[in-house]
Amino acid sequence: MLLEVREVTKSFPGVLALRGVDLTLGRGEVLAVLGENGAGKSTLMKILAGVQAADEGTFFLEGKTVRIDSVRAAMAVGIALIHQELNLAENLEIAANIFLGRELRRFGLLDDETMREEAAKYLAMVGLEVDAAMEVGMLPIGKQQLVEIAKALSVDAQVLIMDEPTSSLSQTEAEQLFVVIKDLVSRGVSIIYISHRLSEIGQIADRVMVLRDGENAGELMGAEINHQAMVQLMVGRDLDRFYQRSQHALGEVRMEVHGLRTAAYPDHETSFQLAAGEVVGVAGLVGAGRSEILEALFGVVPALGGEVWINGQQVRISSPQEAIAAGLALVPEDRKTQGAILDMSILENISLASLRRDARGGAFLNLEAENELAQEGIKNLSISTPGVEQYVRYLSGGNQQKVVLAKWLVMKPQVLLLDEPTRGIDVGAKEEIYGLIEALAQQGMAILFVSSELEEVMGLSDRVLVMHEGAFSGELGGDECTEERIMSLATGDATILETTKA
Amino acid sequence: MKKILGILLTLVVLFGLTAALGDGFLGAYNQEKLLERTALFGILGIGVAFVIITGGIDLSIGSVVCLVGCGLPWLLVKQEWSPAFALAVVVLVSASIGLIHGLLITKLKLQPFVVTLCGLLVYRGITRGFTEDQSQGFEGGFGSLRQVVTEKIPVMGGFGIPWTWVILVLVAVVAGIFLNKTIYGRYLRALGSNEEAARFSGINTDRMVILSYVVCSLLAGLGGVLFVMDVGSAQPSDFGNFYELYAIAAAVLGGCSLRGGQGTVVGVVIGAAVMQVLKNMINLVTWIPTHIEFAVVGAVILVAVVADELVKRTVATRRARKSS
Repeated sequence: MLLEVREVTKSFPGVLALRGVDLTLGRGEVLAVLGENGAGKSTLMKILAGVQAADEGTFFLEGKTVRIDSVRAAMAVGIALIHQELNLAENLEIAANIFLGRELRRFGLLDDETMREEAAKYLAMVGLEVDAAMEVGMLPIGKQQLVEIAKALSVDAQVLIMDEPTSSLSQTEAEQLFVVIKDLVSRGVSIIYISHRLSEIGQIADRVMVLRDGENAGELMGAEINHQAMVQLMVGRDLDRFYQRSQHALGEVRMEVHGLRTAAYPDHETSFQLAAGEVVGVAGLVGAGRSEILEALFGVVPALGGEVWINGQQVRISSPQEAIAAGLALVPEDRKTQGAILDMSILENISLASLRRDARGGAFLNLEAENELAQEGIKNLSISTPGVEQYVRYLSGGNQQKVVLAKWLVMKPQVLLLDEPTRGIDVGAKEEIYGLIEALAQQGMAILFVSSELEEVMGLSDRVLVMHEGAFSGELGGDECTEERIMSLATGDATILETTKA
Repeated sequence: MKKILGILLTLVVLFGLTAALGDGFLGAYNQEKLLERTALFGILGIGVAFVIITGGIDLSIGSVVCLVGCGLPWLLVKQEWSPAFALAVVVLVSASIGLIHGLLITKLKLQPFVVTLCGLLVYRGITRGFTEDQSQGFEGGFGSLRQVVTEKIPVMGGFGIPWTWVILVLVAVVAGIFLNKTIYGRYLRALGSNEEAARFSGINTDRMVILSYVVCSLLAGLGGVLFVMDVGSAQPSDFGNFYELYAIAAAVLGGCSLRGGQGTVVGVVIGAAVMQVLKNMINLVTWIPTHIEFAVVGAVILVAVVADELVKRTVATRRARKSS
């Protein structure tokens, strides 16, 4: 066994992220680590890479105890983490990035020549044929990722941790990455691979380890690795029960969007409609322009063109104020920077959007109304907190998200826009939010949500719109909705669809 | 109340120390002067607190004080304008300065530090230009106008409450109501804590930021008027020098965080008082050399903010523990 980790425990204020987790990794093995958001994968990986220290736990490398308490210590034993968001200095050349922090020097000055020569060797190992003197920012994302891997190899990494390496890659780029991985494995490098794309895990993993709620939930080897088995272990129960979706009685058309154009893809138009009581999911790769549509509808970044109709009336939206007046609400993608105000209380967060509506004499705070709304929100969304005065910073991710939701439900919106509503929250809170979305749809709210989790998109939606490079590449309803179909539409790669059909 | 306890305690201790060590500190004249100075700097401090709560800064306050302080007597004496007209122009100019700052910061997304630093240079330069760098004074006239500042409300034994103090209390009450009791005060705090989340909640954040800069410059203008009425004349090259720093110090001592989102009016007024008592102490206690004033003031502010930060950390850990 190359790497063995025993009984790792880690807690954060308000959350126990990992409880006695074990992990083993053989030489030249590809281990996939699976789990829902909030299951503890990222925390475990950060601990292995020395980014965060474990509260408890022991680490063995080739049978010998090692200490991993800093990135330097992790690197010294040969563990390197390749972040989901790449950590490259885009304005520096490839060689400079590879040798960042351990620059080669000659007479005390940078020795660019030797660094470029050395870098070229590692670039060759990952099959990247570019000049090492090129600026990293000039490379497409997929190639930047290979630079990261080359960088890890240059420090003699034996264990490469890849955190969602394909999340922003095209299908072809991903295939290239898999070839590189297989090549590395044949040289004896071990890989810990994290991904939400179950199909690619079946393709490249030797073994799958599943985390659920910060604990080991089980393992799958070789032939046991299939979609159904992985989902079962991740969710811990039948999917059908997890997503309690009933048939929605669709009402009249609530929102119609014609020819919407956003700054991200100014040449592409999107049109769709949303009925009362309907839940529509928007799937697609990161960067496909999904969030931009929600932000344009809500007036955060006004649309370049297009018409929006609500309940048969055309509305003009160029600011969030106008969007709110038109009956829209947006739960944004980034809870901590866009959704909640962490250093204000639950009460102040919940009442923020409705302050003006409830103000006395148009300007004065109405503390009773605020308190009532906050108490109601805490009760209806079962926000767990000692009281309304608690700062949102000290709540768990799931409770923070419920506070943001409560802020908008107070406004009784006609159309609820949700951007990655369950990102980074634990399974329990997720289930509650799913239940809430279902209940709101039952009450006749129209809901449009963007999610990168295919399970979630398929489980919650009446209809799925798939985006590819700024435009809808397809619409799937009911039984047509499979992970393969969504991915093929999302990557703009029709060949997958053909092979799955065959 | 909890937030201002530390600074209140500091004030009481400094007050007691100075009373014990300095000669004539408790005398009626000295106390009147102390109240008056606290009132003047309190007004500037409340102004800058609005800006600091939004997470911004205003470095131009001292120069606005200079522009107004020299400009008002210049208009009255040299240009022979009527007091009402001159005052109206002064108010308009102050408000416009804030408006320009606010527009540059929100619409052009310039950094407050840079915008108001340029303001600091420009307004003093303009003042030295139109006054030809000559001292501007009331030349013995306008006594009835200046009474607002020079008169006191007699209390007892020759001690009276200066009218400037009354003006401060008025400003503080209005500002306090605005910040604590209206939705706009809440908006200011919200956007100071997290501007993006405030915008996503439907708050017109640009408008609120512009408003805060207008309030700040208006109060700087009011400060300038009161200062010059108090002393009678103003020298363009140094009138109001460093006043922005005294105002910012008062606000920070009073609990405003330069990261935005926090601050109370009462705290700022107490902060201004602490600064003035400190200055008074350096002057009155014979064994403290007067020329080290800045060093003492700087050190006291540093100690206060370090203590504040330490207290906040303890509170934060305790809160975090409570909720887990």
